[in-house]
Amino acid sequence: MGAKTVTRADLSEAVYQKVGLSRTESADLVELFLQEISTCLENGENVKLSSFGSFIVRDKNERIGRNPKTGQEVPIAPRRVLVFKPSNVLKDKINNGALPGGNQ
Amino acid sequence: MIKSELVQRMVRANPHLYQRDVENIVNTIVDEITAALADGNRVELRGFGAFSVKNRPARVGRNPRTGTTVKVDEKAVPFFKSGKEMRERLNKDKKR
Repeated sequence: MGAKTVTRADLSEAVYQKVGLSRTESADLVELFLQEISTCLENGENVKLSSFGSFIVRDKNERIGRNPKTGQEVPIAPRRVLVFKPSNVLKDKINNGALPGGNQ
Repeated sequence: MIKSELVQRMVRANPHLYQRDVENIVNTIVDEITAALADGNRVELRGFGAFSVKNRPARVGRNPRTGTTVKVDEKAVPFFKSGKEMRERLNKDKKR
């Protein structure tokens, strides 16, 4: 339903406008920001960005899944998944913006 | 890792930048994502993941302590789905 999809290019542009760096360097720093977070998560370490949220790595055990189309049982291997836990600040900002009706 | 540690790591990779500039960069990125979501937009970062906003309809909830019913209004919640490359990186060591 969002009218627009924000991408790396938009984030780089914002950095370029706000901080006096070149466009190339702004893009590199956006990429570095994402890579530093990814590396941390890859090492199993959680990442906490205050007033935004936390990226948490969770271990999932093996379980038996089912192919919904064929009904066939398939084992789902144990794996690590990434969950994002939004901070209250972020949740509040989204509700004040997206639902102008205002609720609490 | 918390935000200040992330800033430090980014400064280490860019010794020509001041710490306050990198702080500014990190805050700009985070604020930009927040603003997009507040406008109901999606943020898609290939290989990393995508942030979107999901609407939760109003429902009748219950105070678990007292058991009284309470009306919970409709609300929007931020949602993150990890990207393909991110999922692969998280499970790299487990693959054979």
